[in-house]
Amino acid sequence: MKFVIARAFGAMVLLVASMAAANAANIEVKIDNFSYSPQTVTVKAGDTVTWTNGDDIPHTVTSKTGAFRSKALDTDDKFSFTFTTPGAFPYFCALHPHMTGSIVVEASGGT
Amino acid sequence: MSHNRDHGEGPNRRKVLECMTWAGTGVLWTIAGGVPHSLGLVGEAAAQEAKGLTFLQISDSHMGFDKPANPNVKGTLEEAIGRIKAIPAKPAFMIHTGDITHLSKEQEFDDAEKIISQAKLDVHYVPGEHDIIDPENKLYKERYGRGTKGSGYYSFDANGVHFMGLVNVANLKGGGMGSLGDEQLKWIEDDLKGRSASQPIVVFAHIPLWALYPTWGWGTEDSEQALGHLKRFGSVTVLNGHIHQVMQKVEGNVTFHTARSTAFPQPAPGAAPSAGPLKVPDDKLRTMLGTASVTFKQGEQRLAIIDTPLAG
Ligand SMILES: [Cu+2]
Repeated sequence: MKFVIARAFGAMVLLVASMAAANAANIEVKIDNFSYSPQTVTVKAGDTVTWTNGDDIPHTVTSKTGAFRSKALDTDDKFSFTFTTPGAFPYFCALHPHMTGSIVVEASGGT
Repeated sequence: MSHNRDHGEGPNRRKVLECMTWAGTGVLWTIAGGVPHSLGLVGEAAAQEAKGLTFLQISDSHMGFDKPANPNVKGTLEEAIGRIKAIPAKPAFMIHTGDITHLSKEQEFDDAEKIISQAKLDVHYVPGEHDIIDPENKLYKERYGRGTKGSGYYSFDANGVHFMGLVNVANLKGGGMGSLGDEQLKWIEDDLKGRSASQPIVVFAHIPLWALYPTWGWGTEDSEQALGHLKRFGSVTVLNGHIHQVMQKVEGNVTFHTARSTAFPQPAPGAAPSAGPLKVPDDKLRTMLGTASVTFKQGEQRLAIIDTPLAG
């Protein structure tokens, strides 16, 4: 859709391209009280998710399938990952594995 | 008071039941105020039975933790070691049930070593999840992993008691709790093979080996299999840390016990939104930190465990 507009307004191609990049959202997930919140997040391909640990205890963000893996995040440490492939990405804390969350990635743009 | 069955009789059913009742009401492991309380126990043991054995358990020293729940974890560990040094009858050795450090940093391991070594006792370690955060668990393995199997498990004998140091914090699976893993379970089976059922067994690991509070992950998902191998033994004592508070359960011949941390307390199961460090008033902190002393007497089925807080 954006690209249709871009074609229609040739002069705006550059601007629209940069808007498309800015359009890739950054989604925040907080880690508090040994839980990820929100626990399940739906994003578009290209979006970046940033986790911030608000606990006094370190946690990790570890993909169940190995797609991503943070180091141990101490208090206020952050971890970001940009999701490019659609699908469900369940994850957990490798230190406290009862802590689980999921990122659901939908195809971006299109149709 | 200790669990001290010295009436010169074998363990009869009624007494076992009594003991279980005590365990349920918390009398069995009375919280002793300071070292003097454990003196009685050590003294009795020495007088009664030369083959007795007293060793100490420390746990969860979390070197590097600096949050409000205790900004001075080095100081409280030093206090704990100071109290251990002051025990007149020297304990045989010490076990550390993990979370030596908070973030597996070199400096944290160094600080722990510097302080704990002042006790001048052999220390048998098992890792907590905080000790194997660095890539490939290099630091823990370098320092404490020599001669161990897999992720750091091992066994040894002392005064006729068989000790097994287990690791239930490695390769944890999402949605699960602590885990021993198949390789270690097999080793446990082999390690126990051929041993007399009358040999007392002490098992120690970081996370409780019983389903203490699964909602917070306080348990080990495959501990039942390990306990299956221990079923035939007449005296099994399971010592854990991780939950930073004293909990005990007696089930048949197995006594499960968790020790205090020397660093910070954690809430009772379900008593807070999460298991995070519990901030208590400064003058209360030392009543919630401490160590444990464990005494085995020849002929006694159950080991006497005395938890001693740093204060109060
Ligand atoms: Cu965690």
